[in-house]
Amino acid sequence: MNDMSALHSIIPSAPPPLEELDLARIRADFPILRQRVHDKPLVYLDNAASVQKPRAVIDAVSECYSSYYANIHRGVHLLSERSTAAYEGAREKVRAFLNAASAQEIIFTRGATESINLVASSFGGQTVKAGDEILITGMEHHSNIVPWQLLCERTGAKLKAAPFTDAGELILEEYERLLDSGPVKLVAFVHLSNALGTLNPAKLMIDLAHARGIPVLVDGAQSIPHLAVDVRELDCDFYAFSAHKIYGPSGVGVLYGKKALLDAMPPYQGGGDMISLVTFEKTEYADLPNKFEAGTPNIAGVIGLGAALDWVNAIGLERIAAHEHTLLDYATARLNEIPGLRIMGTARDKAALAAFTMDGIHPHDIGTILDREGVAVRAGHHCAQPVMQHYGVPATARASFAVYNTRDEVDVLVAALWKVKEMFEL
Amino acid sequence: MNDLRDLYQEVILDHNKRPRNFRILPQPTHQANGLNPLCGDRISVYLDIEDDVIRDISFQGAGCAISSASASLMTEALKGKPVAEIEHLFDAFHDVVTTECECPKGLGKLSVLAGVRDYPSRVKCATLAWHAVRAALEERKEAVATE
Repeated sequence: MNDMSALHSIIPSAPPPLEELDLARIRADFPILRQRVHDKPLVYLDNAASVQKPRAVIDAVSECYSSYYANIHRGVHLLSERSTAAYEGAREKVRAFLNAASAQEIIFTRGATESINLVASSFGGQTVKAGDEILITGMEHHSNIVPWQLLCERTGAKLKAAPFTDAGELILEEYERLLDSGPVKLVAFVHLSNALGTLNPAKLMIDLAHARGIPVLVDGAQSIPHLAVDVRELDCDFYAFSAHKIYGPSGVGVLYGKKALLDAMPPYQGGGDMISLVTFEKTEYADLPNKFEAGTPNIAGVIGLGAALDWVNAIGLERIAAHEHTLLDYATARLNEIPGLRIMGTARDKAALAAFTMDGIHPHDIGTILDREGVAVRAGHHCAQPVMQHYGVPATARASFAVYNTRDEVDVLVAALWKVKEMFEL
Repeated sequence: MNDLRDLYQEVILDHNKRPRNFRILPQPTHQANGLNPLCGDRISVYLDIEDDVIRDISFQGAGCAISSASASLMTEALKGKPVAEIEHLFDAFHDVVTTECECPKGLGKLSVLAGVRDYPSRVKCATLAWHAVRAALEERKEAVATE
């Protein structure tokens, strides 16, 4: 953690860091950050739950509704053509952001959760049979556990989870052993753990699965705003993420899938926009990506995601990652100064968040007291109850960082945590 | 810090640190589990009821200071009370933690939790143990959830 190896694994050549002036400009892009809560300046450190939106995204959504909104893919009128162009323009931006081979491989969904459910239902329903196995890891978010459990219940397949160490690192030997211990039909794993901050060795895990002919889904909900993802370099078969974690609107997500796989999969939902011909006898499905986009989508939200990716690209994901790593290193050192505070997740490759407990003080109480100091953190099980069970705790508190956070804000967090101790020491 | 002290009063911190009746009753007549899915808090309550009077009551579990202290204070308040009074006490307590009411007489120490009313996200913590007692009296098998 304290060395720079994690940083170098993400960033081949160190980019110029964010200067104070850049940071001030970036913060000025976020209207919500200017407010005070409980009469204290807002220190927003709940970014892993959802990140705030820059003016460019708010304006893009607003402009869509105020100047050219109409339904897409059907109208012959000007507004529909403009909305369609903006919507499909956003798809191309996502393609470029992930370096996918084709925009047909980019499916818009309601979020990473729906993206995973789509694969579980469509690909899983087609491929997974009784006695088959699906392999995940012990550090998954519930959204990458429950869809597979539902699939297993439906099909009689078995769900297995590769364990992790107390530091929060995946035990690769166990992962490899589990790949070989049964008929695994799909591997699904979290790229960056929301509960621990662990960055999993995605490329290696994918290669190990592919060597056995097993396709891989990567849950990128947390990784997408923190590190550059190249789906062709990773060679993952599916990659899922949510717009709201990368400065875009909530209610929009993306599923990347390799074209050959998506082509062979049955539709996820039926409805309008996903067909080419419907009679009561038979329906022919539309080509990709429309086959998987039944019904009117979140048009303005998708356009907002496109604006968010433009905004991120203008700063540079490498610089964002470097800034967040500096913050995390600083926060880790400062948090470790507090007696009785224990950080959960100390993997060598780690990004963007610190989850912790304090002796004798429940995370919920930590969260309430920090809130009164203006500091927003998450307190709870982070939708990753198996991770909590690993450490034998009901919950943790979690401070998670975004590009707009500062060292001063880390200082406010640390000072507030000392107040928590003071409050509980009678 | 003053307004936080309204929530985290000394009595609450004391009951959190040294919860009363924190044990499992060997042969309870009634038992139920409470669960707050929001934060993962779990609580089990045990009652020994004879002739419609709560002869003994205890709890176990892991939770935040508010839910632990509330459970502890609740067991003290209910021990020796007729079963018929529980609903009335719960209603009065619920009012205290959710509304700007005058604290009704007869609530005793339970009124130290009045500060919760300024923290809407914490009301479920304060009422978890009470929901569990209600479930125990109704002899519900599955854990009662606050959500």
